[in-house]
Amino acid sequence: MPKIVVDGISYEVDAGNNLLEALLNLKRDLPYFCWHPSMGSIGACRQCAVIQYRDEDDDTGRIVMACMTPVSEGTIFSTDTDSAKEFRRDVIENMMINHPHDCPVCEEGGECHLQDMTVMTGHRNRTYSGPKNTFRNQYLGPFIDHEMNRCITCYRCVRYYSDYAGGVDLAAFASRNNTYFGRHQDGILESEFAGNLVEVCPTGVFTDKTLSEHYTRKWDLQSAPSICVGCGAGCNTSASERYGQLRRIHNRFNDQVNGYFLCDRGRFGAGFVNNEDRIPQAGIRDSEGKYDRVSAEEALSHVADQLANSSGKVVGIGSPRASLESNYLLKQIVGEGNFYSGVSSKEQELTNCIIDIMRDGSVKTPSLAEVEEADAVLVLGQDLTNTAPRLALAVRQSVRNRSKELAVQAQIPLWQDAAVRELAQDELSPLVLLTSYADRLEDVASLSCHASATDIARIGFAVANRLNDRFTAVDGLSETDQKTVEEVVEILKAADRPLIVSGTGSQSKSVIEAAANIAWALQADNEQTAIMLCVPECNSLGVGLLERENSNTLTDLLDSTDTISTAIVLENDLFRRASTQQITAFAAKLEQLVVIDSLDNATVSLSDVVLPAATFAETEGTLVNNEGRAQRSFAVFEGAGDIQGSWQWLTNLGKALSREGFAALERIDSVTAECERSNDLLSGITKVAPTADYRVEGMKIARMTHRASGRTAMRANINVHEPKQPVDQESALAYTMEGISGPRAPLSAYVWSPGWNSNQAVHKFQTETGGPLSHVNPGIRLIEPAGNGSPQERYREVPQPRAAGAGSLALIPRYHIFGSDEMSARSKAIAELAPSSYLAIAPETAQRLSVVSKDGVEFTIGNRTLQLEVVVDSSVDDGCALFPAGLADTLDLMHQAQVSLQKAAGWTPRTTTQDKLIAKE
Amino acid sequence: MLENIISQFRTLYGVCSHMFRRYAKRGPMYEVVGKKKLWETVQYPEEMPYLAPRFRGRIVLTRDPDGEERCVACNLCASVCPPDCIALQKTEADDGRWYPEFFRINFSRCMMCGLCEEACPTYAIQLTPEFEMGEYHRENLIYEKEHLLIDGQGKYPGYSFYNVAGKSIAGKDKGDGDGEAPPVDIHSLLP
Amino acid sequence: MEIILALLKVFGVLIGAVLAAAVLTWYERRMLGLWQDRLGPNRVWFFGIGIVVADMLKMFFKDDWIPPFADKPIFVMAPAIMLGSIWMAFAVVPFAPGIHVIDLNVGLLFFMGMSSMAVYGVLLGGLSSNSKFALIGGLRSAAQMVSYEVFMGLSLMGVVMITGSFSLVKIVEAQGDLWFVVTQFLGFIVFMIAGIAESHRLPFDLPEAEQELVQGFHTEYSGMSFGMYMVGEYMGVVLVSVFITTIFFGGWLGPDFLAWTGIAWLSTVTDFFWFAVKAAFFISFFVLLRAAMPRPRYDQLMSLGWKIMLPLTLLNLVVTGYVLLMQT
Repeated sequence: MPKIVVDGISYEVDAGNNLLEALLNLKRDLPYFCWHPSMGSIGACRQCAVIQYRDEDDDTGRIVMACMTPVSEGTIFSTDTDSAKEFRRDVIENMMINHPHDCPVCEEGGECHLQDMTVMTGHRNRTYSGPKNTFRNQYLGPFIDHEMNRCITCYRCVRYYSDYAGGVDLAAFASRNNTYFGRHQDGILESEFAGNLVEVCPTGVFTDKTLSEHYTRKWDLQSAPSICVGCGAGCNTSASERYGQLRRIHNRFNDQVNGYFLCDRGRFGAGFVNNEDRIPQAGIRDSEGKYDRVSAEEALSHVADQLANSSGKVVGIGSPRASLESNYLLKQIVGEGNFYSGVSSKEQELTNCIIDIMRDGSVKTPSLAEVEEADAVLVLGQDLTNTAPRLALAVRQSVRNRSKELAVQAQIPLWQDAAVRELAQDELSPLVLLTSYADRLEDVASLSCHASATDIARIGFAVANRLNDRFTAVDGLSETDQKTVEEVVEILKAADRPLIVSGTGSQSKSVIEAAANIAWALQADNEQTAIMLCVPECNSLGVGLLERENSNTLTDLLDSTDTISTAIVLENDLFRRASTQQITAFAAKLEQLVVIDSLDNATVSLSDVVLPAATFAETEGTLVNNEGRAQRSFAVFEGAGDIQGSWQWLTNLGKALSREGFAALERIDSVTAECERSNDLLSGITKVAPTADYRVEGMKIARMTHRASGRTAMRANINVHEPKQPVDQESALAYTMEGISGPRAPLSAYVWSPGWNSNQAVHKFQTETGGPLSHVNPGIRLIEPAGNGSPQERYREVPQPRAAGAGSLALIPRYHIFGSDEMSARSKAIAELAPSSYLAIAPETAQRLSVVSKDGVEFTIGNRTLQLEVVVDSSVDDGCALFPAGLADTLDLMHQAQVSLQKAAGWTPRTTTQDKLIAKE
Repeated sequence: MLENIISQFRTLYGVCSHMFRRYAKRGPMYEVVGKKKLWETVQYPEEMPYLAPRFRGRIVLTRDPDGEERCVACNLCASVCPPDCIALQKTEADDGRWYPEFFRINFSRCMMCGLCEEACPTYAIQLTPEFEMGEYHRENLIYEKEHLLIDGQGKYPGYSFYNVAGKSIAGKDKGDGDGEAPPVDIHSLLP
Repeated sequence: MEIILALLKVFGVLIGAVLAAAVLTWYERRMLGLWQDRLGPNRVWFFGIGIVVADMLKMFFKDDWIPPFADKPIFVMAPAIMLGSIWMAFAVVPFAPGIHVIDLNVGLLFFMGMSSMAVYGVLLGGLSSNSKFALIGGLRSAAQMVSYEVFMGLSLMGVVMITGSFSLVKIVEAQGDLWFVVTQFLGFIVFMIAGIAESHRLPFDLPEAEQELVQGFHTEYSGMSFGMYMVGEYMGVVLVSVFITTIFFGGWLGPDFLAWTGIAWLSTVTDFFWFAVKAAFFISFFVLLRAAMPRPRYDQLMSLGWKIMLPLTLLNLVVTGYVLLMQT
């Protein structure tokens, strides 16, 4: 630990840091723009200037940029010498020359890094009176607004967008003070991570368009720590509310999970909370088939009566998008044997397989932060960008490890971003993609290969066998596949920290098994091997753990011959889990279908009683992500009308039925504790967040900022007497500005520190820049491998190659980051980018069928004939047909393995929503 | 010591003598109020007091010279308001102009401190010399935008925020504002 | 007949004192207006005197709220102690020859005893309120009273030495030739200043300095219990004024300008008239002080008491004693 002297005070700092990081770690303030903890330093903005002295006798010193200056033993610096301060003030003044007088009409105002830095440097009056540069803005899609006049040319946007996130369509144009950051022409930003520009840009060039539609300044937002429900990655978000509407999602730093960045599905996909289709009140279907609005009490007593007097069996159907607590309570109400997990047997099998591998295997599952450390990644059959986007971004960072190795060899500090990149040029750590169709990661992949799930599994088994001959060999591999196997083996053998990624995306258990075999085979020689297996939904793994002992699935329920009189469906659209026919037949048999859900959907339309459930933004719950990390999400605001968390509905229902153990349940903490007690696999879930009685110096944690405004006017049009702020019984957070906030709080509702109004304030919350938060629990990993380090083969069943039938095509789901996920697809901005249904086929197949793109094809499923538009895609394997997963039109294809196509007669090409969008602009 | 004691008595005498100084000249108000009066008290409501233009009375929202709303819904007035009695919501016109979807002042909480006026970057919110706002029902003291918005420019005629801001709106393209250069041609190769 | 007359006197003094205090609330505001170029209350009845009735009605109908955190019995008792003790002190005042409730031979001591009792009202009110401002107000008044009590008593000893009696009637009668204000000028000055301090009127109203302490010891009082403090304070002003009149300005002594009528009881009327005129003059003087004087700092108040007033009083005592000794 070198000692440095800053302004006459001696500090011990971490070796290898630059001075800016060191000063921020000491919680001192120093203005900066272009430096970012995830992207290193390039010294472009000249804002972090300090004086460095040669020795103690030197009283003049020279100006150096703190972000470009390594700390070494005995170096002497000064941050508050007049010359340094004057320099920094002049730099800001120069930046502000062309900055427009826009703050009042700028979405960044109030959380603007440029505002903070201007105040910090003390630049108050503009002296420049000449003309200001202006630029024309671009249309960048439904997520992001562009206002180029505000740019201060720090280059953070292109460094993030191209260098970090791998986007190609945002660049710097023109030169000197004409520099322009944008696309070559108007159009939707291609990267799935473009939303982070909102947080990366230190001023208001890139702003959140979905927030702007119902804009609220940061200081007026009521925020709570939340967990993204978009996929299984479990990114931490800070969700914010105003006037009873969810206004925006911001990144919430968690060094183990999402770090500084989110994907666009997570950031812009929470609009469904404000959807018009929200169910505001309980409803009971009357004899004419219409819903009567009833009060919560009436609905509960009605359901309780139905359950108590039901003639047949009462079953409960859980959901992988509901919290652990809700699933647990439903299970307690209907009884162990009558609870069915809300997924198909197929999906349950895959999830169980994943838990087996994670738990009973011997290879560790890494956190997202550890994924970035891997120096060779093999992806088997999982479209990461579209199913677990944040993981794709982490994998993209892992390929830079080669350049980091080179930099270490050349003794270049890793924060010297430009130098590290120059040194490595195009050298990347290996990334192998074995997927069914082209993946967005292919631009950094050293090897990529498209094949059907069966072929991927076969290649996988063969790789395991080549790595360790104790594993089953695969016969009859084609020559190209054999070559692929050899290349993969070579890459994996050479790696120090290899990572195997797979998941449920290919809907094939063999693929997951093959991935596990490879990991175990590798582990024999390499302790550092890791495996990451993706699950489809935010709590798939949690429900998998809860239901590990008795696995009744939805498929079992649909197939069962018992007389079932009543079913309670928990936050689950059954039409997404099984075919339409099966569900309608099942519902017809029932006397009562009780649905607890937040948004109107096909299942809700079939129900006899509907209870309005809260979304993630209105209730609390524990979710388990695909790493096995349990995390708690908290209510941001109280739901309107009779909306309650589904766990609250179920607790009250249990009480109404006087079920054993329910009388003692009061707060969610007691439910979580019961849930933990019921299942060894879940031990630790009570410790992921402070309980409701947690206090810091007698205070709760504030959801509002201390500057929140409008308390005595916001509801004055309804009633002039201001109501008492709602009291949160369920958590340590309070629905007020009273209480503590900031680094000492164990739940970070929002990030703010004096002088740091933007999200850059997060360094005040961290133990060191980019390091863990000093008081916040990053979640608890529930699953650690039990294996004793001597891996053995568990999976020996190599799938047989698919017989190439000329007439039938293998149906493969193609995931879309915007559209495939049930909930986020119902957000307005996401819906704009969701694809319309199609069927993608290989050019050879198209030729055989004599169709071209935009033609229609016809096929039969069950007794229905469907028509879909054809997209001819050369990355599709001949004999496969890709359909978009999760769209309403194509849901039934999910349960079909093969399909025979023929050209549809009389097909008229449609204009897609995306086409229209671009035409408009 | 003695001086201090005498000073006390001089004060007492001075104050006491007000009783007898019937037509003494008493500062600037004397000319305004009229020479007949013996007291400064204004007998409101029979007489109306003189209120300076800077008087902090009823709050109004003004319009810019084009007749458009000046308020851009920046929320600064709400955030600076000590009793938190201003609430508003930003919305945006098709041309990009920001304006409040609703703008509500709860005058039953307002303390006429004028901080909102000081915070306003567009001269939209202004306090006027009017104070007769008494109501029998507090509900009537909730002023919505239609009650607040006036047709004039108030105390600051001629100011239009969008002329000095960088955002373009209808009738003011990029580069048309005060002190703005024409938009940069990024395809130009000239240095 | 004796009893009826005694009762008349008793109730006359009781009601008269309260009435004087009530009218004083109006009179004070009118006078302040006059001196400060304002109007003062002028809307209700002639010259606004109806404000007295209006204020009284308002006070009676206000909710007498007792704070839940207060020490209830003491909280309720405190204003009664204050008002009661001041009321009692009026018993020994001779308004005119024979017009007094009682002529105690220790009248002066009784007055001082009662005025000291009033301190308890203030002190207990401040303590029992269980509020920061009230407590500080109570503490201030206790310290102020204790300090000024000392020389208030001593300043009167000169008069007692000359008269040779504590009886107030004797003291008035002893001034037939020359008012004591001449022979006991120092004593008069000291007594007046101490009197202002005792009734905590401006400029010595530090216990209730509203700029610092909200309302000082009666911050938590409302309704009629606050009203009792108010009335008590105004009665205190009247009390101090009538004592100054009695002790230093010859009480009822003055030219009997109605003697030509030859009606005996009219001489009592003129006596009372002179008494009232003198007392009214001092009341007005108190109001003038309020109109003109700023409030001193607390340390200034204390050093004035202990460093100037006390030595002056002792000097007065010594000189008086010396002169008396010389005369004998």
